Amino acid sequence: MIVTAILAGLVLGGTYALIAMGLTLQYGIARIMNLAYGDMIITAAFLAFALYSGAGINPLIGLAIAAPAGFILGYAVYALMMHPLVARAKDRVSLETDSILATFGLLFVIQGVLFVIFGGNYTSYSYLNVPVTILGTNIAANRLLAFVLAVVIGGLLYLALTRTRWGTALRAVAVSPSSAALVGIDVDRQARFAFALGGALAACGGVVISMYQTFTAASGVVFTMKALIVVIMGGVGNVLGALSAGLILGLVETFVATYLDPGLTLAATYLIFLVILLWRPSGLFGRSAR
Amino acid sequence: MTTLLEISGLTKQFGGLTAVDGVTFSMDKGEVVGLLGPNGSGKTTVLNMVSGLLPPTRGTVMLNGETLTGLSPNRIALKGVARTFQLVRILPSLSVLENVVAALAFGRRRLWGTVARDEALARLEQVGLADRADETAERLTYIDQKRMELARALAADPAVLLLDEWLAGLNPTELRIGIDLVASLGERGVTVLLVEHVMDAVRALCGRCVVMNAGKTIADGRTADVLADAEVVRAYLGAEHA
Amino acid sequence: MNAKAIAAWGIAAAVLVALAFAPSYLGPYGIGLMIGIAGYVTLATAWALFSGPTRYVSLATVAFFGIGAYTVAVLSESLPYPLVLLAAAAIGLVVALVVGLSTLRLAGVYFVIFTFGLAELIRQLVTWYEVNVTGTLGRYIFLDLGPEDIYWQLLALAAVTLLLAWWIGRSRIGLALKVIGDDEVVAAHCGIDIARVKLALFALSAVIITLVGAIQAPRWTYVEPAIVFNPTISFLTLIMALLGGANRLWGPLLGAVPLFLLFEWLSANFPNHYSIILGLLFIAIVFVLPKGVLAFTEKLWKRGRAR
Repeated sequence: MIVTAILAGLVLGGTYALIAMGLTLQYGIARIMNLAYGDMIITAAFLAFALYSGAGINPLIGLAIAAPAGFILGYAVYALMMHPLVARAKDRVSLETDSILATFGLLFVIQGVLFVIFGGNYTSYSYLNVPVTILGTNIAANRLLAFVLAVVIGGLLYLALTRTRWGTALRAVAVSPSSAALVGIDVDRQARFAFALGGALAACGGVVISMYQTFTAASGVVFTMKALIVVIMGGVGNVLGALSAGLILGLVETFVATYLDPGLTLAATYLIFLVILLWRPSGLFGRSAR
Repeated sequence: MTTLLEISGLTKQFGGLTAVDGVTFSMDKGEVVGLLGPNGSGKTTVLNMVSGLLPPTRGTVMLNGETLTGLSPNRIALKGVARTFQLVRILPSLSVLENVVAALAFGRRRLWGTVARDEALARLEQVGLADRADETAERLTYIDQKRMELARALAADPAVLLLDEWLAGLNPTELRIGIDLVASLGERGVTVLLVEHVMDAVRALCGRCVVMNAGKTIADGRTADVLADAEVVRAYLGAEHA
Repeated sequence: MNAKAIAAWGIAAAVLVALAFAPSYLGPYGIGLMIGIAGYVTLATAWALFSGPTRYVSLATVAFFGIGAYTVAVLSESLPYPLVLLAAAAIGLVVALVVGLSTLRLAGVYFVIFTFGLAELIRQLVTWYEVNVTGTLGRYIFLDLGPEDIYWQLLALAAVTLLLAWWIGRSRIGLALKVIGDDEVVAAHCGIDIARVKLALFALSAVIITLVGAIQAPRWTYVEPAIVFNPTISFLTLIMALLGGANRLWGPLLGAVPLFLLFEWLSANFPNHYSIILGLLFIAIVFVLPKGVLAFTEKLWKRGRAR
């Protein structure tokens, strides 16, 4: 049972890490607190569902469609909605307020559209729902695939951020936008790109989630919350931190669900959040706040 | 003379950087002391630790025998420490009068209503701003904002007043007025610690100076002696002038 | 008190009396609308009480609203009505203190995030409790309260809330809030205990919001977590308060009345696209106000003060 729980926890944690990476890019680099992030995830989940059950398209191909679509959506949202707010913001606080309010509105728009198209019921589809035996315990193949996808996508992103020129530029913006501008980095372009990349990761996360979880048009809030908590646990803008914190959260949730009660997972998530806030507000792996 | 403010072994580290390193000095009641030193020597950080804006890494600050270290800024303010800021900090959306009333309403005297209004007007009168009491603070010029900030600090009825380059940027006439103002505080028994680069003001106001360089105290004594000290000159002007 | 102040109080009292007699000249539909308006005026004013001066955008309105409504659903059979309201207020207060103590010392964004998920957390906890402990999800409220009774209670609560807001605006704590809103460092150096002031206001605002939920609960007859923890309520309260001007005494009221009627009309005519329209409207509001919602309300506020 414990091996099963650990495996399930790693699968869930991998997904959380994946979606948190996207949010940490959006919040840490583009400086946009995107409350509609979870709804972007759910949109991708519904897209994968529609493609699979409507046209019989394999979710892996769905992923190849959703990721660029998420990138374009993220890019469009930034260019149309966020950029004007960034341009007029006189300080970080007013940008934070404006972006929180605007994305709160966006949340309702996306949720409303999903309700109109798909209704409010719990949705899922059966893909690769066959058991695979690992370490003497059975796990559904779709969960295994979800984990592998999270590791591959997250790993690629991590390598890209740490080993390439533009990755370095992005991280420079995360540390200090004003200094990044001084060394010739186009902060605005990086922010747009980071936000779009965050959208692509949200889409990947959504497709991965749709492979093994049920979801509704109203599930977005929970995913936004969890991604936010992982981001804060890992330290804002810290990709490796998001990865580790995501795995921790996944494991904790699975253990709570297995040994306590599935209805208490969100409460456990919140408890972790509270402890982190009180104990280390700059994140488990963040630099200590001055 | 009794010791009012006692700073001992005060140290602040930011990560690996030691901004203030074991600063120790004390001030008697009614003394006006200059805290000097080149830019980046840690003067403002010392003030920030005294006022509670920054917690010290090590060391203590005592006021009248009471430990201030570890208290929050609001508690320290209530013990009788008031300050101005290097980059003037006003309450932009409030009126000039309200800016001063803020210090009265929550400070040691807890004045409110017409009493507070009269007292605030008196403080504004003291800095020459009484006729602008009802204007919005952000419409004041930089110099007037500095005056208002001083009126706010005075309204707190402080035992110790910390002035962080309050005289910087004044023209000669304003400087004359400013120096007289600070001097009158000292005469009234307010203990003043001022960080200042305007040497004329330091000579006119401070009987004693503490000089810092790279986080450490390098001199502490009568102003004339300190300013003639070889190490102080070296710290300010470089080795070849010593 | 000068003549102008006496006149203002007189008018306010006359309006209140006229509103109190509204049930005698309005039909059932009219009273229903008036309940909604009184409810949202109170919610928006209570929201602005805390969020206006501190600029902490609270998304937790429905968390407290739901706590109030659900407490009534659970306790209405076993306790006399006034005690039920008292119990609801007490629970709201405790939750507000826990949330406030843990988040209000930190940067505002943590508070926003925390309040954002709070309603969902409480909804899931209540659901879990009902399913696992009591074994019933969903409850009926059989209270002998007609629409008029609910309306009068809400009207009284709205009047008290406005009175509180007025009093706070002129009191020491009101000045403390303004100082905190302008510059927290200066506030602390003036001797203000920032965390305590914020906590007190947040708790007050939360208790009022909880009471609105509690008083409105009997309107539903049947209550379950998904109904009373509907996030739209947080959303509407926020828009009304911001658009009307969260820093002015009458601002939230001026925002709540027309917007409530607009939303009523929208939900009656576009039931399926309601949330989309709402979201678009909200985004439009953020954009139309050229320097951002905060700057807009601040400008209004300042203009009001300059007069």
